[in-house]
Amino acid sequence: MIFVEARSEIHWYHEWIAVFVALSLTVVTASVLLAAIGLEPFSSLQRVFIRPLNSVYGVSELIAKATPLITIGVALALGFRAGVWNIGAEGQLVMGGLCGGAVALAFWGIDGFWVMPLVLLGGSLGGLLWGAIPAFLKVRFNTNEILVSLMLTYVAILLLSVMVHGPLRDPDGFNFPESRLLHEAATLPKLFSVGRGHIGFIFAIFFALIGTWIVKRWHLGFEMRVTGLSLKASKFAGYSRGRTVWMTLLIGGAVSGFAGVVEVTGNIGQLVPNISPSYGFTAIIVAFLARLHPIAVIPAGLLVALSYLAGEAAQLTLRIPAASTQVFQGLLLFFLLGTSLLVNFRVRFGRAV
Amino acid sequence: MKKSNLVIGLLVLVAVIAAVMSFEPSETKKRVAVSGKVKVGFVYVGPVADAGWTYEHDRGRLAVEAEYGDKVETVFIESVDEGPDAERVIAQMAQDGANAVFTTSFGYMNPTIKVAKQFPDVKFEHATGYKRADNVATYSSRFYEGRHVLGLVAGKMTKSNTIGYIASFPIPEVVRGINAAYLAAKSVNPDVKFKVIWVSTWFDPGKEADAAKALIDQGADILMQHTDSAAPMKIAEERGIYAFGQASDQAAYGPNAQLTAIIDDWAPYYVRRVDDLMNGSWSSTDTWGGFDTGMVALAPYGKAVPDDVKAIAEEARKAITEGRLHAFTGPVNKQDGSPWLKPGETADDGTLLGMNFYVEGIEGSLP
Repeated sequence: MIFVEARSEIHWYHEWIAVFVALSLTVVTASVLLAAIGLEPFSSLQRVFIRPLNSVYGVSELIAKATPLITIGVALALGFRAGVWNIGAEGQLVMGGLCGGAVALAFWGIDGFWVMPLVLLGGSLGGLLWGAIPAFLKVRFNTNEILVSLMLTYVAILLLSVMVHGPLRDPDGFNFPESRLLHEAATLPKLFSVGRGHIGFIFAIFFALIGTWIVKRWHLGFEMRVTGLSLKASKFAGYSRGRTVWMTLLIGGAVSGFAGVVEVTGNIGQLVPNISPSYGFTAIIVAFLARLHPIAVIPAGLLVALSYLAGEAAQLTLRIPAASTQVFQGLLLFFLLGTSLLVNFRVRFGRAV
Repeated sequence: MKKSNLVIGLLVLVAVIAAVMSFEPSETKKRVAVSGKVKVGFVYVGPVADAGWTYEHDRGRLAVEAEYGDKVETVFIESVDEGPDAERVIAQMAQDGANAVFTTSFGYMNPTIKVAKQFPDVKFEHATGYKRADNVATYSSRFYEGRHVLGLVAGKMTKSNTIGYIASFPIPEVVRGINAAYLAAKSVNPDVKFKVIWVSTWFDPGKEADAAKALIDQGADILMQHTDSAAPMKIAEERGIYAFGQASDQAAYGPNAQLTAIIDDWAPYYVRRVDDLMNGSWSSTDTWGGFDTGMVALAPYGKAVPDDVKAIAEEARKAITEGRLHAFTGPVNKQDGSPWLKPGETADDGTLLGMNFYVEGIEGSLP
């Protein structure tokens, strides 16, 4: 018989031994799979996972891809700690991009140092508004925030589609559903001379630090955590569940909205019907990979971003199909989450006690 | 439990792995530099097995390989989102030594232009867009010519006088297709009606199948689509009605259902452009080819199509190929009743490329 039982003692190093084991298992399994389809494992992995990072250009691209994942991942980690399941970060991101982009287009062609802050503010407010809807419904009518925030994602995407097909469409664009290209004053500066890494990454790191500070030092962080762990205990302590719901969803919405407007102004440079390849959903994985710890979201976000770059490199250099990327991502997640079970529990073979 | 240690641990680990693996085998760098071959990249919006749009682009790629053999090397990346990722993928191909990159969906337009600025020595070709540069050419096909023939067949064959149309996005390309098919159907069947469902995707078999079922339930007995999967064809086959294949011959999915299909044949164009590239005569051009260039073709007519309908369809195809017939010939009014084309007048390319209105008789409004 096999038994899984809770560990009585958990040491800090258990967690990162688990991460090391998970990464090793991923590399080993991936090698076996690669060998099975006739590729030389070591050089293949090296080409796919390391070569994309061998240049400033590659690092710059990695940063560009990781920026929204880290930004949103931090906000979600805070919310999930409080037991508020904001699944709709994607929608809040889209609303942020839409509102921020709309502000940028409203001031199109006008230069001034105040344009960029205004655009970023507009984006954050858009996301905040979209996060406020599930918060209000949850507090007032006790609706399920998972469903409401998820469904609002589709509303947001359709709203963006309506706007770029209609009012925000480029007047010189042959009716194609795209806005004008944003002008200089509404575009975020790049970090390097090559690639698309932009200043949004600095914001993302900043958010991770603030998030850590909230969790460790601020009373709000404690309040959120207690509410997340036990509703009864939090009531006993005099904490308001409604306050926690409002705070987490407003923070989540505003930060996701910020990520959206940063993506539009730093990366895409215009509004298009599709501004996010599901960053808001992928960030949920990032948050859990980081074990809901804001500072750990940084390496987790970079790792997930790398897995996307690796997927393209695999298609280009190894000539293996796009689906194989998902296999590798699945392996990585499976092992990372699977080994985390072994941190808190141990497996025992033998007879029942 | 100190979680910050977890972070430090993770970072150290990543650094160690990176250090170990950065001993790059020298073989990888040489490969790019030595090869005297022409390297051509393709960026696809769907999977190569979509049985439609991307499948045909990939057949074009294979035709290039077959034509030039060892003198050419091709690479492709499939299922690339039309969002922010596209720019990275296109840039990576150029970075990896591609001499030319074909970007095969409308949404890649601005990313292509941006990347082209960074790589002035690489030639780029963007399908279905309108922005060009010294090293960016555009190409597309006059699919509306094919739609005209489909419209004639549909108008003749429908019993319920209701044609169901599964549309993707209200861009001029798609609107043009609906208008062309409707005008042709109407010319042979004054009672015909078009019902259009917009699914807001190029490739989503689930959504496309739902739209197909909804249209059939509303009385459609023939389906047309401007999306890339074979799902509507399968539904048509199941329900015992007719449909037209999209982008590729889809008879395998609807042996009884398929009346014919518009085939996007990119092979002649790709082969020609790669030849230009190899002999140094490549220049930025704007190609919009129809039946006459072979870029638009039709699949064999299905068994259900009677000979008289075939004759009408074939006559129209020949007339368009020879330039005797234009799919948009007046008198045609816009949906609101305002005149667009005077009797005998044909539409100019500028209006067609920016078409954002339905013609008179089509119900509903553009999203």
